[in-house]
Amino acid sequence: MQKLLLLGDEAIAQGALDGGISGIYAYPGTPSTEITEYVQASKFAKENNIHSDWSVNEKTAMEAGLGMSYAGKRSMVCMKHVGLNVAADAFINSSITGVNGGLIVVSADDPSMHSSQNEQDSRFYGNFAMIPMLEPVNQQEAYEMAYYGYELSEKFKLPVLLRVTTRLAHSRAGVETLEQKPQNDVSLPSNLTQFVLLPSIARKQYKTLLSNQRSIEEASEESIFNKYTDGSDKTLGIITTGIANNYLMENFQDTELNHPVLKIGQYPIPRKQINKMLKECDKVLVIEEGYPIVEEMLKGYQEAGTPIIGRLDGTLPRDGELNPNLVANALGLETILDGSIPELVKNRPPSMCVGCGHIDAYNALNEAIIPYGVGRVFADIGCYTLGALPPYNAVNSCVDMGASITMAKGAADAGMVGVVAVIGDSTFTHSGITGLIDCVSENTPVTVIISDNFTTGMTGGQDSKALGKIEDICKGVGVDPDHIRVFKPLKKNMEEMVQIMKEELEYKGVSVIIPRRQCVQTMKNKKLAEQLISLNLK
Amino acid sequence: MKTDIILAGVGGQGILSIAATIGMSALHNNLHLKQAEVHGMSQRGGAVQSNMRISDKPIASDLIPMGGADIILSVEPMESLRYLPFLKKGGWLVTNTTPFININNYPEVEEILAEIKKQEKHIALDADTIASEFGSKRSSNIVMLGAATPFFDISFESFEEGIRQFFGRKGEDIVNVNLQALRAGRDFTEKNR
Ligand SMILES: Cc1ncc(C[n+]2csc(CCOP(=O)(O)OP(=O)(O)O)c2C)c(N)n1
Repeated sequence: MQKLLLLGDEAIAQGALDGGISGIYAYPGTPSTEITEYVQASKFAKENNIHSDWSVNEKTAMEAGLGMSYAGKRSMVCMKHVGLNVAADAFINSSITGVNGGLIVVSADDPSMHSSQNEQDSRFYGNFAMIPMLEPVNQQEAYEMAYYGYELSEKFKLPVLLRVTTRLAHSRAGVETLEQKPQNDVSLPSNLTQFVLLPSIARKQYKTLLSNQRSIEEASEESIFNKYTDGSDKTLGIITTGIANNYLMENFQDTELNHPVLKIGQYPIPRKQINKMLKECDKVLVIEEGYPIVEEMLKGYQEAGTPIIGRLDGTLPRDGELNPNLVANALGLETILDGSIPELVKNRPPSMCVGCGHIDAYNALNEAIIPYGVGRVFADIGCYTLGALPPYNAVNSCVDMGASITMAKGAADAGMVGVVAVIGDSTFTHSGITGLIDCVSENTPVTVIISDNFTTGMTGGQDSKALGKIEDICKGVGVDPDHIRVFKPLKKNMEEMVQIMKEELEYKGVSVIIPRRQCVQTMKNKKLAEQLISLNLK
Repeated sequence: MKTDIILAGVGGQGILSIAATIGMSALHNNLHLKQAEVHGMSQRGGAVQSNMRISDKPIASDLIPMGGADIILSVEPMESLRYLPFLKKGGWLVTNTTPFININNYPEVEEILAEIKKQEKHIALDADTIASEFGSKRSSNIVMLGAATPFFDISFESFEEGIRQFFGRKGEDIVNVNLQALRAGRDFTEKNR
């Protein structure tokens, strides 16, 4: 069929489109963002009325995806790994409700934390939820897994977790597409209490989930994505998951690989093949991108007594992304290293753009807060987190989306004065509003700075659900309108900005300060320019 | 036939359009291709690189092993040095000499150039000046691509075809400027290698 040059993320999106989805629900987050953006840019999606607008956060995305599945249609929900924490309540419960139309949840992990707070491994969530899980080895499989994943989901009436990691998400290769499938019709679940998780119903459905585990495992044993390649040298057997297989094969481009290899792409891990390897091989090396999940499980298959090596015993590093050289070391292969990085090469960390409004807001804040001293600014996740770095050194925390306001509240409750929260507009609607209600209901003395640049900047300028709504939201949840202060963060307004901040820092209740200026990266975005004019923000 | 290239630069400098052009050229020749890009946080003025692999056989890893790159192609001089451990013995270092200075401890440019010259096989050119000579400073990255083209197993015509495909949407003028840029870079290398 057609051959396309696609990022791993785009391959997933194309697979879902060809697999007959009726909607994709997501909140942006590296390295998952391009899946949804691909659908948003697709003419086919537009012509076929496939939903692709951003959701306000990962939880709302997950629930909307489940709702579309309830109505009988196929849907996809996408997020970065930490987004699955936000969606976890809905996600775990969706394994108890099960699905009607096929549902694939994509979680993109970020080993080595290229753009993340941690490198958690989403496969834990798949195991936790006891649902089938897929992990592609390359862009072609990413496509096929999204495509066939809907059959798997509808066969077991369960959501399927599709896990990718940064390297595949953001690497491009040729992908051959399959025949386009039609969308499902709207249909009700055959049992109208399926989605009602009252304890009496949930208990029954949980038992069903448990009793299905063996057949889900059998599906893994039969899966085209799990492949056992036998080898004559049984002193070592090798198990790879996802893209780790590429790093293994990279070391055997010119030489024969004589060890048995089990390539895993579908979970739960295929018991039959694993037992064969444990029985026949003297030792087993597990190579997986992410946490040593399979390795830990195999330690539980101890009846064979076969030594298991991998990330836990130091054969491979315990953390971080894999690469061909690390795998070569684990196999005892020699690598020729020649050049080194000259000493004069300096680090070049990311930084806020020249002309960014967050910079002006921080300069004002740093001045206004002097009387209170350093160490009392709780920030959040976005471009403004870079204010933690020199020369600003302006903020003292970045934990998870929304944590600025709530951590500031806790610190103020503890008796700290001059406490400030800094949060972006998109992060505010993602999960800042609930924390603000906590503050309002106790009139906690905190100053919340919502640095509004009209966009979701850090992930590349996606729509912000907060656009044109921030003051109304704040008033609506009960912030005193006299303490909602807006200004344009520009050098020439410095005096005014510092003055406003000083006044609000003194106020013994909830204040909201909104430095408001368009993100310099979005100046070419025509749709946004029109929106700003119609909202009178320009 | 296999060519492994590390593309280097600073977030925002446009190494992804170089990558896309190479990609189109490779597809034009029905070659296999893998191209690992950096998206996300580092795109905000941080060091970025892309691993590009082209081969007539299927490619395993998205990442190039250390000591495996045939070419380092950098649009910024200091960034060209950051990936030296990946350069194959006898591989080419092709770099722009115009520095992008967004950190306050950026080394002396002279010292960087001296370090580049220590590489047995290097091509260093001021792509920004060459590009502005024909009035399009923005095409300096394509000048850099042109300078690296002699080290690929892909014909120059295929690269020209890649330019036409990648820039085609933006109109004939943009295509022509970039074809000129590609040629100017190629000429520099042919005279100076
Ligand atoms: C739970 C979760 N979802 C998504 C992300 C990815 N992410 C990091 S910053 C950011 C955007 C923040 O936008 P905004 O708050 O408007 O700030 P800006 O970057 O525009 O300054 C996103 C989506 C994340 N880190 N955690």
